[in-house]
Amino acid sequence: MKSYAFFIGCNVNARVRQYESSTRAVCDKIGVELKDSSEFACCGYPLRNMDRQAFLTAAALNMAVAEKMGVDMLVICKCGFGTLKAAQHILDQDEDARREVNKTLAASGYRYGGGVAVKHLLSVLYHDVGLDALKKHVTGQLKGMKVAAHYGCHALRPSSVTQFDDPVAPSIFERLVEITGAKSVTWDPKTDCCGAPLLGIDDDLSMALARKKLERAANAGVDYLCTACPYCQMQFDSVQHMMLAKSNGLSPLPSVLFPQLLGLSMGLGEKDLHFELNKIEVGDIASFISSEQQNG
Amino acid sequence: MLFNVLLYVSLGIFILGAAWRISAWFRRRIGVEAGSVTGAQRVAAALKGIIGTIFSGRILDVLKVFVLDVLIQRRILRQDVLRWVMHMSIFVGFMLLLLMHALDNFITVKLFSEYNATNNPFFFLRDLAGVLVIVGLVIAVYRRFFLKIPRLSTSGADLFAIAIIAVIILSGIFLLGAKVISHGEFMRMVEDYSDSQEPEEVAALEAYWVKEYGLASPTADLPFDEETLAQGEEINEMSCVWCHAKSEWAFASYGVSRVMKPAAAALEGVGAVYALWFVHILACFVGLAYLPFSKMFHVISTPVGLMVNAAEEGRAADPVNVLTRRAIELDACTSCHTCSLMCSQAPAFAVFDNPYILPSRRMAALRKMGVGGEIDPQERKALRQGAYICSNCDRCTVVCPAGINLRELWISVREELVRQGDPEPAMLSQFSFVRGLNRAALGSNGDYAAPLAMARKAVSCAGEEALTEERVLDLNDVPDPRGNPRFEREAFLNCFGCRNCTTVCPVVGSFENPQEKLGLLPHQIMCSLGLGLTDLACSAQMLWECSTCYQCQEHCPQGVSVSDLLYDLKNLAVQNRNE
Repeated sequence: MKSYAFFIGCNVNARVRQYESSTRAVCDKIGVELKDSSEFACCGYPLRNMDRQAFLTAAALNMAVAEKMGVDMLVICKCGFGTLKAAQHILDQDEDARREVNKTLAASGYRYGGGVAVKHLLSVLYHDVGLDALKKHVTGQLKGMKVAAHYGCHALRPSSVTQFDDPVAPSIFERLVEITGAKSVTWDPKTDCCGAPLLGIDDDLSMALARKKLERAANAGVDYLCTACPYCQMQFDSVQHMMLAKSNGLSPLPSVLFPQLLGLSMGLGEKDLHFELNKIEVGDIASFISSEQQNG
Repeated sequence: MLFNVLLYVSLGIFILGAAWRISAWFRRRIGVEAGSVTGAQRVAAALKGIIGTIFSGRILDVLKVFVLDVLIQRRILRQDVLRWVMHMSIFVGFMLLLLMHALDNFITVKLFSEYNATNNPFFFLRDLAGVLVIVGLVIAVYRRFFLKIPRLSTSGADLFAIAIIAVIILSGIFLLGAKVISHGEFMRMVEDYSDSQEPEEVAALEAYWVKEYGLASPTADLPFDEETLAQGEEINEMSCVWCHAKSEWAFASYGVSRVMKPAAAALEGVGAVYALWFVHILACFVGLAYLPFSKMFHVISTPVGLMVNAAEEGRAADPVNVLTRRAIELDACTSCHTCSLMCSQAPAFAVFDNPYILPSRRMAALRKMGVGGEIDPQERKALRQGAYICSNCDRCTVVCPAGINLRELWISVREELVRQGDPEPAMLSQFSFVRGLNRAALGSNGDYAAPLAMARKAVSCAGEEALTEERVLDLNDVPDPRGNPRFEREAFLNCFGCRNCTTVCPVVGSFENPQEKLGLLPHQIMCSLGLGLTDLACSAQMLWECSTCYQCQEHCPQGVSVSDLLYDLKNLAVQNRNE
């Protein structure tokens, strides 16, 4: 059984609890062990706008915690993933920054050595577990469901640092969606920004970016948007909910988290998937399940 | 006489102090919603809430919390077993001593008709309770001074709490120790209770007590022959045993008396029994009188806070009662620092020199402000920044042993602080995300937007003049790149001005007239850096509108780290402001 240090991030437990429960349930099902640590802290993402050393220290602490646990990190937030990768990239090149960071970490008994691999949930599913192994657990194909997979900027770019997928024509998320039996549609802005990083700073701009994506996804005729990041999910769910309250000609398009979708196809139930926690109602999502087995 | 005077004075101070502290629950204004609600309205709402709770099923939730969280202290147990053992030892030990020993005339006598302090099991249990408290105190001292618990700070209030309990318990144990060996006490007891007053009989009893009860006798030639001891035992059986268990049963005091015994005569000479009694009751009365003003007030405020939260749990509470609950919660905080131990922003605390990034330190500052204390502008600035550098991860709320609703408190207090008229640069970071999510609850649009506008203005003040079209830029005298090698002009030599960065930018694409809104577009910022115009680049609104999507950097054919440079410029702008 492959083990990872489970880096949940700050938002999930407070606002997107269904992401944690569905991830845990899916990982349990496919035999991926998630190890917890109460020593994990802020990844440094919100500190990046303010102070480079604070951002690097926060990121380094978390990687040092995982290093001590002796396993690679499984991150479920794209912003957290991108931040940790960026910090790793800097710390592995910049001796001074690394020395400074380790001076601070020493007080809490940690040291960043750089030996830990930082992976996003989707990469673990795609590369470490593999599509064939995942397919074995799919018991009910989500026949006829059309899904728009949203990649998330901070995992894709800068590609030289994140090494997540092809930054221009990525495909791993769509291929993961398709093992559930759902159809992953082609839609232009799949690699565009959801607008979440600007929420609270310039709400109008943040919502304009979200709106552009929501409209394009709706035009592509999808039943659901699919995300693998709490920020993207909150943007397409809670923030869309705020946008709808203003009733400005937008029609609701529910967004689901990938482990919710995968879990559904693997026969997991409400107690793990918690669709009721999604702000925009997902409707009768279970009605897509068909018992036909996938061919190949 | 002296005892009664001290008792009534300290009790009076305690009652007045507690009334004053409790009245603060209805006076203190905390958070952005505090507004113009009067104290009388708050009292009325509280009474209504209490009555509503008592006559509904919610009283069961409150009782459940009282048993599990107040008496058994489940919330502490969940965090740390050692701390639970510490707290339970002090709590159980001290409560037993308070109820069964200090208030024995009111409680113990009513419960046990045959009660006598020097009879078992009471004689043994009193020492056991005292030792329990001592065990708790030793763990407390060990945790604070020997265990290196991150971010646990110890204040004068913490030390006083430990010291006053220690003095009360230790003086009690030493008092009994001194009584065990005291010949004066022995003689007084003989006079009061013994039927055998003949010198020979008294000597026999004394010999027996020296041998069996640990008494120290000043008489050098006390007879210890079997006959005398048998006579002593007989008298003891007749007059003493009914009310007096063997001294060993008070094991701690007896142990102490063995150490004191060699100095028995000297102790008798200075009136040690009376002195220790005086220290013991004085410490008790000082503790009682000072309780409302010390950390120990938590014995009242924390249970009340827990029970109010239990009554409120899962339902929309009267907003007026929310204000009162918050005021109670400020007192319910014991500065145990569990929140700060678990705080997601601990790394930021380690880098920025600002204690208020830690929740427990913010609570202390709020408590100071809430009771009318002033706070100087520098401290207010630090408090505002500390309150803003928060991931809203809710861990503090989940772990708080006092069950304080910190989640809601921070949102409200943060809002109050950023609306006080000074700019907060941290607002221009993703720490604002949750504020954006909650904007509907934060009042009118103007109130919501003003602090953001102020923050933007504050971080770009250097550049306002630089941005006018008429301004002639002197490119011959270019200042140094602000100590950042990534701003060196040479770093931009390979930028050939293709404007790809601006073309792919989703933010630029969102505006009809991007230049007007953004000041400088990404390629213009790169160009400014290439010319060494760091301040100009640093003042572009584009920096704060950047969605950090990295399209520009990904698509630069020349490998310029456009997004990363925007981060560097933002850091520089924030740093300029903070200096």
